[in-house]
Amino acid sequence: MKVTFKLFATLQDYLPPEGRKTNALSLDLAEAPTVDQLITRFSLPEKLVHLVLIDGNFVPPAERAGRILRDGETLAIWPPVAGG
Amino acid sequence: MAWNKKFLRVNLSTGSCKTEALNMEWAQEYLGQRGLATKYFVEEVDPKVDPLSPDNKLIMTTGPLTGTVASTGGRYSVVTKGALTGAIACSNSGGYFGAELKFAGWDMIIFEGKAAKPVYLSIEDDKVELRDAAHLWGKTVFQTEEIIKKSHQDPQMRICSIGRAGESGVKFACIVNDLHRAAGRSGVGTVMGAKNLKAVAVRGTKGSGGAIKDPKAFMAATKAAKKVLADNAVTGQGLPTYGTQVLMNVINEMGALPTRNHRDVQFEDARKISGEAMHEKRPTDGKSHLVTNAACFGCTIACGRISRIDETHFSVVNKPEYWGASGGLEYEAAWALGSANGVGDLEALQYANVLCNEDGFDPISFGATVAAAMELYDLGILTKEQIGLEAPFGSAQALITLAEMTAKGEGFGKELGLGSARLCAKYGRPELSMGVKSQEFPAYDSRGIQGMGLAYATSNRGACHLRGYTVASEVLGIPVKTDPLVTEGKADLVKAFQDATSVFDSAGVCVFTTFAWTLADLQPQLDAACEGNWTMEKLALLGERVWNMERVFNNAAGFTAKDDDLPPRLKNEPAKTGPAKGLVNGVDKMRPEYYKVRGWSPEGVPTKETLDRLGL
Repeated sequence: MKVTFKLFATLQDYLPPEGRKTNALSLDLAEAPTVDQLITRFSLPEKLVHLVLIDGNFVPPAERAGRILRDGETLAIWPPVAGG
Repeated sequence: MAWNKKFLRVNLSTGSCKTEALNMEWAQEYLGQRGLATKYFVEEVDPKVDPLSPDNKLIMTTGPLTGTVASTGGRYSVVTKGALTGAIACSNSGGYFGAELKFAGWDMIIFEGKAAKPVYLSIEDDKVELRDAAHLWGKTVFQTEEIIKKSHQDPQMRICSIGRAGESGVKFACIVNDLHRAAGRSGVGTVMGAKNLKAVAVRGTKGSGGAIKDPKAFMAATKAAKKVLADNAVTGQGLPTYGTQVLMNVINEMGALPTRNHRDVQFEDARKISGEAMHEKRPTDGKSHLVTNAACFGCTIACGRISRIDETHFSVVNKPEYWGASGGLEYEAAWALGSANGVGDLEALQYANVLCNEDGFDPISFGATVAAAMELYDLGILTKEQIGLEAPFGSAQALITLAEMTAKGEGFGKELGLGSARLCAKYGRPELSMGVKSQEFPAYDSRGIQGMGLAYATSNRGACHLRGYTVASEVLGIPVKTDPLVTEGKADLVKAFQDATSVFDSAGVCVFTTFAWTLADLQPQLDAACEGNWTMEKLALLGERVWNMERVFNNAAGFTAKDDDLPPRLKNEPAKTGPAKGLVNGVDKMRPEYYKVRGWSPEGVPTKETLDRLGL
């Protein structure tokens, strides 16, 4: 299965170099991971994992351990940010 | 200090500058800045006044925390009847001008009448005089600041001024202070230009602190509040590092980034104009676009951006005057100049943004008006001959040329200066103007963030994100996360944000503190600084009072429930992509609920009971 993994702002440093230019990495995986499994795989500090979206839809913290990514989905994560 | 308890009344028709005592009874009901100045305005100005007539007044006003050690305590506002909207206008700016006005001993300035010829107001503490500005008329903001400082032989003067846009009647002209900060929206600079008032130059040496009610408690309260900002991940790290522009990718992923005049809700080049892109090294010169972040007076957040345009970029080749570091880009400007027009060229956006600062026009309204013109061009309603060049969506060349035309008031720039509502009406397609009350939307598509549709529709100064920023809750989870795709609960949410923002705007601090602060963080600072007993209940009531006062003025000016609405595109054309795919905005469902929550009639008029409860 293929998923797109995106990290933004200060989290983009946790992407391999080939992903930093686009903030995105295409992952070809044998098994469907949960959100938390991908967070762990890329060693993202827990306090920096703030806004988590799958295909633009918010994933609450309590659902991240059980939410399994489906083929073709995009997981995007931000640290605490804001604007206006 | 909290209040100086005096203000200046400047009659531009007669040339008189008089000192008046601040109405301290009103200060107890309306606090300062937005609240107190609006109280003066609605008491003194006929709601039906033509915004450009001498009978309209223009108030520059500070809050009780302006010029103090409270974090972000550098704000000032301009209150008038907006030239763009015909509604009550209150445009808020940072920088250093507001604090300097307080240091000179003044809480606010009320300008009335119209000067027979261009003038500027010079304030050096108690020495106040109107001076001839014939030599400044026709100059940019940047030139005006430099000339005034040189003529006064004082580089520490703080100046706000209009550029050529305000002089030539661009409907969305700003008042720019400290080169890069602006009272930007609703055409407050247009009103200033109509009064032949070019600038206000202030030097204050009286300092602050003399009238703080309880200095020791104030120091403790401001210190505690600064710690809250520093410890908060958004205000302590996110905003200083990436600025507001970090939202570009967030809002795009959520399918709420208005693109090509709201035809689309996602922009394929969003990343190229994002906060992340500002940090990247350019292949041409190996430098990043972003030079540094910057802070306004007293601010411990420092979200401001200072950038440098690539000298080899086509927009500035042979224009060395634009090669230096300058203010921007912020999220709203980057969106309006970029995504709104389908332009993904970061350097072009910064050049256009500098032109907006240099000649004083609102990049949000300008960019959104270009978007409307590009749609009219796309539909064949406007031609290359009319515009002066080809202007398809995505053309960076068109964007920068149109910005130059608008700055100089030349060619099609004169038509763009009308704003999108008047431009689209002129060409027979009023529905293509993306705004409310003739003011263009900011950077959030309300099909993907439902609450913002209601916030835009009911904003007292026309479409605006800074009157009720439900994005904080619907997108960022501040203070609690709500679902952006539903209308349920949004009437209460919008009211809560509108009322709380009214308090912050009346205090002299920046609304960005609300990413970390609640009223409970602001209250001890105000209570320690200001005479009286400033409880949470008093502040909550104050916020609601200010909102309703503005509403009463607008209703008397002729606005009705019909004006609390969104363009048909947002109600009839579903989002094409993203999480909101298939959705339109549900403003028609939310509006009646909102009126009920507000204590207004079904026609959007505050009831007698509501007015009595608020002391209006």
